[in-house]
Amino acid sequence: MQYRIEVIHKPEAKDPDGLSALADVRDLGMESVRDIHAVNVFLVDGELDRAQVRTLTENLFIDPIVECYRICGPGQEDWPWAEGQGVHSIEVKRKPGVMDPVQQSALKGAEDLGLRDHVVAVRAATKYLIRAELSRRQLEEIAWKALANNTIEEVHIDQAEVAYPLQSLQYEFELKRAPLRAAGDEELLRISREGVLSLTLKEMKTIQRHFEDLGRDPTDLELEILAQSWSEHCVHKTLRGHITYEGPIPAGWEEFIDEEGRLVLDNLLAQTVARATRELNKPWCISVFEDNAGIIEFDDNYGICFKVETHNHPSAIEPYGGANTGIGGVIRDPLGTGLGARPIMNTDVFCFGPPDMKEDQVPKGALHPLRVMKGVVAGVRDYGNRMGIPTANGAVYFDERYTANPLVYCGNIGIIPRAQVLKQARPGDLAVTLGGRTGRDGIHGATFSSVELTSQSETVSSGAVQIGNPITEKKVLDTLLQARDRGLYSDLTDCGAGGLSCAVGEMGKKTGVQVEIQDVPLKYEGLSYTEIWISEAQERMVLAVPPENLDELMRIFTSEDVEATVIGHFTDDGMLKVEYGGNVVARLDMGFVHHGLPRFEGSAKWTPPRLADPFLEETWDEESRDACRLALQGPEDYAEALRRILAAPNVRSKEWIVRQYDHEVQGQTVIKPLVGVDNSGPGDGCVITPILGSHRGVAVGCGLNPKYGDIDPYHSAASAMDEALRNITAVGGAIKRAAILDNFCWGNTNRPEQLGALVRASLACYDFAVGFGVPFISGKDSLNNEFNTGAELITIPPTLLISAISIVEDVRRTVTMDLKEPGNALYLLGRTYPELGGSHYLELFGLKGMTVPEVRVEQARTTMNAMSRAIQGGLVRACHDLSEGGLCLAAAEMAIAGRIGLRLRLADVPYGGPPERRLDQALLFSESNSRFLAEVRPEHREEFEALLTNVPFARVGRTDESARFIVRGSQGQTLLAASLEELKRAWQTPLVPH
Amino acid sequence: MSDYQPRALILRTAGTNCDRETEFAFRLAGAQTSLLHVNVLREEPGIIAEHHILAIPGGFSYGDDLGAGTVLANELMTKLRAPLDQFIEAGKLVIGICNGFQALVKTGLLPGLERWRQQATLTFNDSHKFEDRWTYLSAPPNRSPLFADGERIYLPVAHAEGKFVVEDQSVLDRIRASKQVVCRYCDPDGQPAGYPWNPNGSMDDIAGLCDPTGRILGMMPHPERHSLPVHDPRWPREGLKDEGDGLRIFRRAVEFARRELAAC
Repeated sequence: MQYRIEVIHKPEAKDPDGLSALADVRDLGMESVRDIHAVNVFLVDGELDRAQVRTLTENLFIDPIVECYRICGPGQEDWPWAEGQGVHSIEVKRKPGVMDPVQQSALKGAEDLGLRDHVVAVRAATKYLIRAELSRRQLEEIAWKALANNTIEEVHIDQAEVAYPLQSLQYEFELKRAPLRAAGDEELLRISREGVLSLTLKEMKTIQRHFEDLGRDPTDLELEILAQSWSEHCVHKTLRGHITYEGPIPAGWEEFIDEEGRLVLDNLLAQTVARATRELNKPWCISVFEDNAGIIEFDDNYGICFKVETHNHPSAIEPYGGANTGIGGVIRDPLGTGLGARPIMNTDVFCFGPPDMKEDQVPKGALHPLRVMKGVVAGVRDYGNRMGIPTANGAVYFDERYTANPLVYCGNIGIIPRAQVLKQARPGDLAVTLGGRTGRDGIHGATFSSVELTSQSETVSSGAVQIGNPITEKKVLDTLLQARDRGLYSDLTDCGAGGLSCAVGEMGKKTGVQVEIQDVPLKYEGLSYTEIWISEAQERMVLAVPPENLDELMRIFTSEDVEATVIGHFTDDGMLKVEYGGNVVARLDMGFVHHGLPRFEGSAKWTPPRLADPFLEETWDEESRDACRLALQGPEDYAEALRRILAAPNVRSKEWIVRQYDHEVQGQTVIKPLVGVDNSGPGDGCVITPILGSHRGVAVGCGLNPKYGDIDPYHSAASAMDEALRNITAVGGAIKRAAILDNFCWGNTNRPEQLGALVRASLACYDFAVGFGVPFISGKDSLNNEFNTGAELITIPPTLLISAISIVEDVRRTVTMDLKEPGNALYLLGRTYPELGGSHYLELFGLKGMTVPEVRVEQARTTMNAMSRAIQGGLVRACHDLSEGGLCLAAAEMAIAGRIGLRLRLADVPYGGPPERRLDQALLFSESNSRFLAEVRPEHREEFEALLTNVPFARVGRTDESARFIVRGSQGQTLLAASLEELKRAWQTPLVPH
Repeated sequence: MSDYQPRALILRTAGTNCDRETEFAFRLAGAQTSLLHVNVLREEPGIIAEHHILAIPGGFSYGDDLGAGTVLANELMTKLRAPLDQFIEAGKLVIGICNGFQALVKTGLLPGLERWRQQATLTFNDSHKFEDRWTYLSAPPNRSPLFADGERIYLPVAHAEGKFVVEDQSVLDRIRASKQVVCRYCDPDGQPAGYPWNPNGSMDDIAGLCDPTGRILGMMPHPERHSLPVHDPRWPREGLKDEGDGLRIFRRAVEFARRELAAC
């Protein structure tokens, strides 16, 4: 029997869900809606009497102080403050099969109450009671645009007491084969497309040949296994491909140029990113590009690992679930690195469409950027906070082209005993799954990430989206590390993209493995063998366990209610053998699975764009001439220009996001993301101490510059690296003990221009990693970030995220960016060039420009090293790197964050470039790389300056008690004078309305 | 007896996540610690009595999907009631921080006007969202050995459900009259102030409470996140202190146990 229990806030209590829903509905422009109440609906199936239902409800489903409830049915209580004439209802419930955490908690509570045997299932829904005159159409708009997502939820409008019968699903085994041998080219492509396999014709033909040799057709599962293993997501075939590039070639690449003047790279990744690491050959790199995350040395006993992933396509369709499982997934990377690292910090970097975009400009089939942002932030928040991992570094970037294809980068850092880095499954070891059960969720995530999004994606790919359950993962973390420390398993990996297929396949790569699919624990019945094998259900890990350790291992997991199950064993025959109830459903040679993929051959081309730049008169045209002239004249009102840049979405305060993350759990965050006199200034990087009580730390920063990428991906990549390294330097890290990660998000690289841009960025990765002496230790790429509206193809700007991590000897010698006290000197380190291309300054005039900031790497390295020495020597009170908005923004931010007055002079700013371009606006707003501002006490000036050998620098300012920010131009004239109060107000322009 | 090390039991369960730093703070303060899963105590409830201090740390016990601390509170009430009653009768210390406080309030152990019946709650913040921010606390004259009258402490809060609300006005009157309010949110000058200093909209700015005996304490702010000088977000401005503000809570718990409970 099913009971329906409804819970509502008492009339005198605040109803948070109702109020949030009301705010979201108002965002849609429906101002007539005055009142929304949220009702939590619990559906309890089981053999219970009313008294037992009351016990369950009163102990588990309500907070009696602020809520009341009713058991629905004849004679149920009325709620006159929420119901009655003119009230509509919209009920939202997760679709069957979508993770619902209420079930798990309710069953646990029922067990403690002694009622578990009476309860079959507990499910939840939310009913919104809306007081307003609304048409059916308006109600539907509210339902789908504010309250629910069709991918994971169902909606019932104005229906009283919807019943949700428990469904039981059945599956009957039937071995399916794909008729590959008889297929022609078109048929091969159709099989790939209809199966969402994302395999090219060349790849399909390679598979066809393999099975011709075997004299049989592949089973559907074998084809799936190959598609997963060969997916871009799993093997990075484009980046490892053979690529021929036409276009301007940076110096130093001559040996790779063929007779026709083209650059030929046999393996793009190996010859750029990975080559830099190899040549730098740092003794403190413990594991690079090998494992789930790169590992560097922390101290004699521990290593630090770092991984950043993207979860873009799922987040486009269902922002909450996409980001939620994005962070959940990347946490499992360090957790699955070596024999397991303890996750200690998360990072998050998002790219969205403009939050204030007009509803009618949102491409059909895409969600509004504000909704995407709210959902993504909530997704990271709810998972990261519940895992107890501080999310302490990140960035947000807005551009229209991200509207339908947002980017969600999630990173995780872990600490691992150095003795636990090596792993290898051995023949005879048992294959054990751990953690979450397998369901029909996340089917085809690995291959879906290679598909171009369209207005139909939401309906086609809903299976690829899921919701995470962080508590399951937290329990895995708690128990897994106990088992690790007792040495109970020999190999470990996480189930990510491609699910068990990729995880088990990868672990058994060198040995062979045999699995019985029927032993895999399922969330519910009805899954086919293929679905079980490729499901990307969350919170699962796979272990290789020597049989003699099994009992002890199981005791650990059972003692904390974690499910672990033997599903097979590792062999020595080099075969991947999968059975279902004893029937062989896949039998593949590991050699073919892992090395059979034909090489990707790509042609790449890059032509410099032609964009109007005030400094380059030959680029002016009718449309841009006036704007270029105005930009050359300089702003009429510098204070207004500064306020506008401070309030630009890319610059303004991200406090709304940062505060929703627990950035201090674990008690290790010693330089926090928000800094300054009232803990609201924009910190450059964060610093954590991975071992509680120790003063040895790591500094973390990130850089990305999509705007520069439109001008030249080469300089954009160099700038991103420079920015990430500036971030860690500015807080007290050092590039000498730093490592970096690359995450490429690109459009479709089957188009030569896109691939050309990727090649240029990769070349920069090599050139500048070597130049800085900083190795890459891990990376990932996400290609095909495009959205087809039907009428046009929207491609994201080439977006390379560089994440940086540095070991900090003593965290007590780190600094923040806020000015500390009056009477100090402000120094500018690094040379300013007339590089306004891609700057916020030019954006004020509607221009993009060509003079993109470059990195002069020798100089950059010298400057950063000197900056680190000065900070570690205790000579610096505050340090801020110069990035978006240049000198003017950095100086203003320091003053705002410290609430300390600042006078800035431009006359002495070190400058490189033609004298005629040494304009005040260029000195103030150029976004040239490798520059820092440093606040120094009078008594330290001499010692500080003595450290700056070979560094261009000048004393450009002085702090005072005025609470004003004043800039004098090169001629000594007052260019800008503003109160810190007004500047702060501009900078704190809300990121989201309400 | 001054070097006697009282024993603190730090209870964890699925979703607890401030256990390690809470244990660290107790150790800094001079306690011996055991960090134990609730399942261990369910199997061997006698372990609880071997300790002087029981701490329930922050986190999201069982996911908090049915409300913060609800499932853990239900578990304590149904499975550990007797050993807890015994522990409390023995005059020992119980401290719940954040999620631990939420669980204690939902069991009724706090404010404890009627033990095991809920009389107040910690519900959703007025801002409707999780927030991590630092605020000031000031301690009124109170019954807890862990807070000194009139002192001010700088600590972070990090929660979505921290707004203290009582069943009815009489509950508030009674806990005030019996000096059960141990700390209130305030501004840097110690004055009552609205958001964001009171980060969640709690009634009467209440951030922490004790029971009528003073020996059960709960608070939303995290003293374990300010046990070290480098935890203070303003150390880069103001320099490093000798120790973090929050450590004194743990020190006093240890001192109290040393003084009053050494014989237990």
